[in-house]
Amino acid sequence: MALVADTPKESFRLGMLIYDTRYRSITIQIIVMVLFLLGLWWLLDNLFSNLATRGKDLSFSFLWNRAGYDINQTLIPYTNDDTHFRAMLVGLVNTILVAVLGCVAATVIGVMVGVLRLSKNWLVSKLMTVYVEMFRNVPVLLWILVAFAVFTEITPAPRDFKVTDEMVAAGVEPAASMVLFDSVAITNRGTFIPKALYERSLGEVIIGFLPISLNTIAVLAVLIGSAMGYRAIKRHATAVQEATGIRPKTWWKSLLTLVGPIVALLFALGFHLEIPTLGGFNFSGGTLVSNSLMALWLGLTLYTAAFIAEIVRAGIMAISKGQTEASYALGLRPGRTMSLVVLPQALRVIIPPLISQYLNLTKNSSLAIAVSYMDLRGTLGGITLNQTGRELESMLLLMLIYLALSLMISSAMNVYNNAVKLKER
Amino acid sequence: MKKSVFLGTLAATALLAGFASAATLDDVKARGELVCGVNTGLVGFAAPDANGNWQGFDVAVCKAVAAAVLGDASKVKYVPTTGETRFTALASGEIDLLARNTTWTFSRDADLKFTFVGVNYYDGQGFMVRKDLGVSSAKELDGATVCIQTGTTTELNLADFFKVNNMTYQPVPINTNAEGEQQYLAGACDAYTTDASGLAATRAIFADPENHIILPEIISKEPLGPLVRHGDDQWADIARWTLNALIAAEEYGVTSANVEELAKGTNNPEINRMLGTEGDLGAMIGLDKDWAKRAIAASGNYGEIFAASIGESTPIGLARGLNAQWTQGGLLYTPPFR
Repeated sequence: MALVADTPKESFRLGMLIYDTRYRSITIQIIVMVLFLLGLWWLLDNLFSNLATRGKDLSFSFLWNRAGYDINQTLIPYTNDDTHFRAMLVGLVNTILVAVLGCVAATVIGVMVGVLRLSKNWLVSKLMTVYVEMFRNVPVLLWILVAFAVFTEITPAPRDFKVTDEMVAAGVEPAASMVLFDSVAITNRGTFIPKALYERSLGEVIIGFLPISLNTIAVLAVLIGSAMGYRAIKRHATAVQEATGIRPKTWWKSLLTLVGPIVALLFALGFHLEIPTLGGFNFSGGTLVSNSLMALWLGLTLYTAAFIAEIVRAGIMAISKGQTEASYALGLRPGRTMSLVVLPQALRVIIPPLISQYLNLTKNSSLAIAVSYMDLRGTLGGITLNQTGRELESMLLLMLIYLALSLMISSAMNVYNNAVKLKER
Repeated sequence: MKKSVFLGTLAATALLAGFASAATLDDVKARGELVCGVNTGLVGFAAPDANGNWQGFDVAVCKAVAAAVLGDASKVKYVPTTGETRFTALASGEIDLLARNTTWTFSRDADLKFTFVGVNYYDGQGFMVRKDLGVSSAKELDGATVCIQTGTTTELNLADFFKVNNMTYQPVPINTNAEGEQQYLAGACDAYTTDASGLAATRAIFADPENHIILPEIISKEPLGPLVRHGDDQWADIARWTLNALIAAEEYGVTSANVEELAKGTNNPEINRMLGTEGDLGAMIGLDKDWAKRAIAASGNYGEIFAASIGESTPIGLARGLNAQWTQGGLLYTPPFR
């Protein structure tokens, strides 16, 4: 008779799922997961059954139909015979354009304002405080509208530039005239600037949907080459200086390296400028930088720069005062202290929140429709959505594109962040 | 157990989906209020007056339907919609009826799943320019900057017109008529294009209407009418026949002044049937006998509404033109009430 009770065997009972701490957390996670999936399933099912009652389906084939509408700013070739998909690309390129311009300008202004706000000069630092508080506490849409109103209300209409024979006879000056040697016309529709033309053009290659001008690539390549040559000359001068103590004169070599090749290239390509001229209702020729782009760019830039200024200020203040003092002790002037000692360290604090500001700016650019700028929201989420009646598809696509765009920006910035962050070994 | 949750959810979803397409008439009656989508503000068609009450040609349709269904023309909730938001508002059930200068087109009818219940204004797209621009024809607009309401048929017509005539233009897309008016007056565009009636209505409220002209070209057909969602034929019938009653009332000389008198009985059986003294047409669309009488009493017959909101005696000053009765050489022609 086995009176001695066996130690209870470690058998699995259902209750252990709740009472045994080893399994409890897994149980809870599974339950939450199932509930989440059920919720998702319910939403999707609701969507599809409601679509079915309306007699609608989920289809993206409308993207390949003829768009039929015109867009006022097209960086890639587009006519109203193209598809909705191409119209969407035009909008996407416009969105990217304003986002890139905005991020660059906002960073420049933001860093300057952030640094100046810490200035010992009372007036400068207070002025910067006023700037920051003014711009970050008013909705960005209002700033965009204000900028647009300023551009359209105070600038002259194209017909004010007109000079008629009667006016010449009477000796009357036109109400407005072009600036910068009669090459730039600032009007209430936008600013017409001269356009670069090449007589012996290299043509262009089309990569995907984006036509890329070989002329521009050649110019960029030469400029980069010149810059590298310039740096080599300076490096050589420094080496000579370190060896002999005398810095050789390099200014004429530098000038030749920087200016010579590009002038030669432009001459070879037959470069000339197309000056905008008044004809009919508008200026023709030249490139039109529309007021809607300028207003959107300015509004987004000034607004985001205010936030970036605060981030920069926080980053600088996070660096201990000892660093500055040590730098002063080494005899560095305040300007060099800032650029060589403080800012490089501050970047580690600045970059992560800066990424969010870039993302914000990109997403805020969807306010473009307020000033008639045709961005992605204006083409795909506006006209295409309306003309085809495919709200759901357009919105899904729109969300997906913004998501992809944001993820790309943040991964690119993360790469940069990894490059500047403190290397621990 | 999990299975029952699934089934329960399924049943609930099916029920919800079922409710979504339930009779709009019952919804409106239960709510005691008609939700009507109108323009965000186009004087003469739909705009709030000095006291904040919505007035206008399209608003009168809302009032007539509310009077026919609920017995009170004031029980309407007006939802201002832009060219972009109107169809979503109707498709989602946010509004019961859309009366907002909306052009009846094939794809809106068939692809967007709406039912146009008739035409209350035969319109066409025109252009407005400043007089001092020296333009007298739309064909001279080559190179012009044109303000255009986005999400409308006019946007597509504009592209077609310039293409056919081998001209170029710069579009300036805007959201509402008010925005277009502001941009046009600020000189951000040379020409403003929309339905000719809308241009007349917009020009009427300018400080200097005499300095702006509407060009003679009408570049499209724009039959404007009220619309409802697909799938509720009874509600579509109510809206359709309320509009028809307004038009027929003008043809037969029934006005808001004499409708009470005529409802006691006339020697014209058509009027008797419409006003419910003979037969019971109202019951066929789920309403009572007096529905048409109330609809006509709300703001008068079609002619009275036209004269009061956009006619020649108003600042908008539109002539009847195509919108006259068929007996007067126009296009208004209702099927018989029988």
